[in-house]
Amino acid sequence: MDLYREGTRSISGVTGPLLFVSNGRKAALGELVTIETSKGKRTGQVLQIDGDLCAIQVFEGTLGLNPGDCTVWFEKDVVKVRLGQVLMGQTLDGRGIPRGGKALPCFEKEVPITGSPLNPAMRAGPSDFVETGIASIDLLNTIVRGQKLPVFSGSGLPANEIAAQVVRQAHVPGNPEQFLVVFAAIGITEREARFFRDSFEESGALFNGVFVVNLAGDSAVERLLAPRTALTIAEYFAFDRGYDVLVVMTDMLHYCEALREVSAAREEAPGRRGFPGYLYSDLASLYERAGCVKGLKGSITQIPIVSMPGDDMTHPVVDLSGYITEGQIVLDRGLQARGVYPPINVLSSLSRLMNKGIGEGRTFAGHRQVADQLFASYARSREVSRLRLIVGDEGLTETELHYLRFGSAFERLFLDQGDSALSIGESLAAAVRALSTLPDEELFRIPADLMEEIRRVRLDR
Amino acid sequence: MSNLGKIKCLAGTVIRADSASPVSNFEVARVGSERLLGEVIRIDGKEVDIQVYEEIDGVHVGEPVEFTGEPLGVDLGPGLLGSVLDGIGRPLGGFSSEEAGAFFLKRGFFSRSLDPGTRWAFFPLKSPGDNLSPGDALGFVKEGEDFKHLVMAPLGSEMSRVREIASPGTLVTVDDAVGVLENSLAITPCQRWHVRTPRPCVERLPFSEPLITGQRVLDTLFPVALGGAAVIPGGFGTGKTVTQQSLAKWCNAGVVVYIGCGERGNEMTEVLEEFPHLKDPHTGRTLMERMVLIANTSNMPVAAREASIYLGMSIAEYFRDMGLDVALMADSTSRWAEALREISGRLGEMPGEEGYPAYLGSRLAQYYERAGRVRVLGEPQRKGSITIFNAVSPAGGDFSEPVTQASLRLSGTFWALDKRLAEGRHFPSVNWKQSYSLYEKALEPFFLENLGEQWKDCASFLKSLLERETELLSLVQIVGRDALSEQDKWDLEMGEIVRVAFLQQNAYDPHDAFNTLEQQMRLSEILKDLQCLVSEEIERGVLHQQVQGLGLLRQVLALRGAPAEDFEKRSHQWLEEVARSLTTSEGR
Repeated sequence: MDLYREGTRSISGVTGPLLFVSNGRKAALGELVTIETSKGKRTGQVLQIDGDLCAIQVFEGTLGLNPGDCTVWFEKDVVKVRLGQVLMGQTLDGRGIPRGGKALPCFEKEVPITGSPLNPAMRAGPSDFVETGIASIDLLNTIVRGQKLPVFSGSGLPANEIAAQVVRQAHVPGNPEQFLVVFAAIGITEREARFFRDSFEESGALFNGVFVVNLAGDSAVERLLAPRTALTIAEYFAFDRGYDVLVVMTDMLHYCEALREVSAAREEAPGRRGFPGYLYSDLASLYERAGCVKGLKGSITQIPIVSMPGDDMTHPVVDLSGYITEGQIVLDRGLQARGVYPPINVLSSLSRLMNKGIGEGRTFAGHRQVADQLFASYARSREVSRLRLIVGDEGLTETELHYLRFGSAFERLFLDQGDSALSIGESLAAAVRALSTLPDEELFRIPADLMEEIRRVRLDR
Repeated sequence: MSNLGKIKCLAGTVIRADSASPVSNFEVARVGSERLLGEVIRIDGKEVDIQVYEEIDGVHVGEPVEFTGEPLGVDLGPGLLGSVLDGIGRPLGGFSSEEAGAFFLKRGFFSRSLDPGTRWAFFPLKSPGDNLSPGDALGFVKEGEDFKHLVMAPLGSEMSRVREIASPGTLVTVDDAVGVLENSLAITPCQRWHVRTPRPCVERLPFSEPLITGQRVLDTLFPVALGGAAVIPGGFGTGKTVTQQSLAKWCNAGVVVYIGCGERGNEMTEVLEEFPHLKDPHTGRTLMERMVLIANTSNMPVAAREASIYLGMSIAEYFRDMGLDVALMADSTSRWAEALREISGRLGEMPGEEGYPAYLGSRLAQYYERAGRVRVLGEPQRKGSITIFNAVSPAGGDFSEPVTQASLRLSGTFWALDKRLAEGRHFPSVNWKQSYSLYEKALEPFFLENLGEQWKDCASFLKSLLERETELLSLVQIVGRDALSEQDKWDLEMGEIVRVAFLQQNAYDPHDAFNTLEQQMRLSEILKDLQCLVSEEIERGVLHQQVQGLGLLRQVLALRGAPAEDFEKRSHQWLEEVARSLTTSEGR
């Protein structure tokens, strides 16, 4: 503790969430500051220094801040979060302080929330199959331990329900230990936060999980800290304590909007849709904190939820997320309207690391071929049903009618599994039932032993 | 003699400092008390803007800046092959035990790209008294099993005679002199090069040979010339990375330089875990032994991303100068352009199209023009080449954006990856309608000479059939499939067979991942024969329904998997069988 600190009262202005200090000669980039007013303390961080002028983003917002009534103290430290086993089961605010309480009194270590990039040469390739119990994910877009796989969802689609279902059901087969859940609520409403809290309480994830909560009504600047705090905590549990950590972050769109708000206040040149030009690098600094490390037991698996404004996959936040993450789960309004739950559009969804986690000894032999067959056949059936709108049933050939039947069987028997958890075997059985609606010559990707199975199912029908 | 300055402003990755004496543009600066590496990018009177290759959190205004007077350089020499470097040439694997095993990257660490401790066996090619000009091979060191790494007189040195030279088998480190010239210049296996400067050559040669990728759709329909440049744009999930990795695995280049420029960390891991175990089909060595990996992932500092492609290019040119064919892959150009945009934005420059700086096109051109097939400097006379494969990640999958367009103007082959194809799991998802190759004319003599006249027929058969299929599919949209003539129905089926059996190629299937040119041509010949055969039968009155019942697609796929030796025999037998079953069905 320094006995002597130097404060400054020369505040030159307040813009949006930023405070400008005209005597910031002693400041360092990224330095933590305390702002003392007669009504209490606020905290902030140095964003930019231009000679004497220093821009500070205020975590609590600048509402009611009077430049004449502020003393700014530079803390000679960056923003850190206190870590320790005691975090388990806690609900924290965006800065990592127990919500409505005081900073943790006892902790193991204090770490800057920005983290450091993982050395790409020291990463271990993710390869352990994670069974989520959702057939369209496990069979067609398999998640592996250490992957980052976002959910892209239009408004009104059940992304939250699916995320909660994954948290409830996900496990690595053969590994009795459950995932530890770190949940980052980024600018979501009280109602959504309550849904997650209730769901986690029911499944028991609440007691061995950490919750970082920044609600829609909280400060937008703090929103920029929430995912970093959550990931720093996740890194502690994964790489210091050896847990398999599942990080759910919702909603990344709110995070990016907060970033845009601060960028606009800094008068930076805007990029696409007003988002700053460094959005890609900024998002990457979050998403890339997933993974496994050579020689360490733990892992970080990320499931961020990204809203698609107007169901637009080319929206910059969605687009850039897709470029950084290892695939995506896309929700579909058409399926939702046809009453299919979970309404996962398997054709636009993708898991890039799938091939690492499937096959003999991991899931089952021939997994890739079955998945390829399902993708190709379902894509064809979608094409045929579009064609049918134009030429009608009479214009379709026998084969095309088979594809139509397959399409509806696939949605009804395979996709529409409801709230239940299916093992990988049960998922495969559902896929076999759907495939049995197609004649043999269309199933040229399927290996011989599974072909037998399909013929048997067809006869039973 | 270094020159000192002081930090005045700090924002993101760019700082402004003032300097007492003049500095030159693009010289390296050491910033702050931690001596972080940076590069001067703008000079305005006494004020200098510096892009810093590391995070600058915690750096204060008023800290010192040291200008080194040298532009950004890299050490070139034995040990590069198989190594993993970051964007400014620091080894990520680390040499000493304190550096190795760092899970998280610490800033401010300073390390050379070559391990100063390793000893290499040197073998001379010259003797005392011989002349030595820039680029001449003084000798070589043995790297790995049988790779001869030439030790060349540094480019830009003066011609002189060899005074002393090490004897065969002498073990040397990269910094030990292996020879001394009469002008007292000591030649070491390691030479330093400034990454932004192109390495000179004697002359540029015309394109005459293809770079064989082993991918059917690429080699047969849209070939790239040795020394040319191919652009691979595609939205996310269209398989850019898998395509690039397939190229890195199977193309017939002597050395592959792979730049992970602002992409995922796990992809680098994939390469590092997979390549040491894969055999190069052309030499039998492991793939890692012909590879230099530059990893500047998306979460690593942005300015280093900007520098990484120049680093990769300099390394590629160094191996080209040994007389090798080098494939240079950058994944992805868009991330590099974004780094440029970010730095430009921090400088407050006037933005051009979509916020990219106005000099985007000229910077890209400087990079692309360093590719090519050349006669390199020095004795013995050698030819070398650099072929560029650049992935582009257009925002929203829209190819009209500036980075894609600028890249297209500078390259000769365009492999457009298509989202619709990727969704139907058609991989590689190269769209045959949009893609093109400008090297076809230049490469025609090569193909005719090596594959014979049939090659031309096969390629044009595939193209016209795919074209016909496209036409028919739009017709089906209006009248339905049943209203087509029997021949048209068959053409549609044949189109599907070509798409699935020829265009699609499974990168994960060890038998299918790589095809030689002969294999590619034989497969397309069979398809062409099949088309002729069935068309004739249909003309004679066979109905398409009868053909459909045969399950030809499955049979072609089975045939494709047959071993290369008896492919010829089996395919002829198979064609006869098809003919027989069609004539008998007609009789019924």
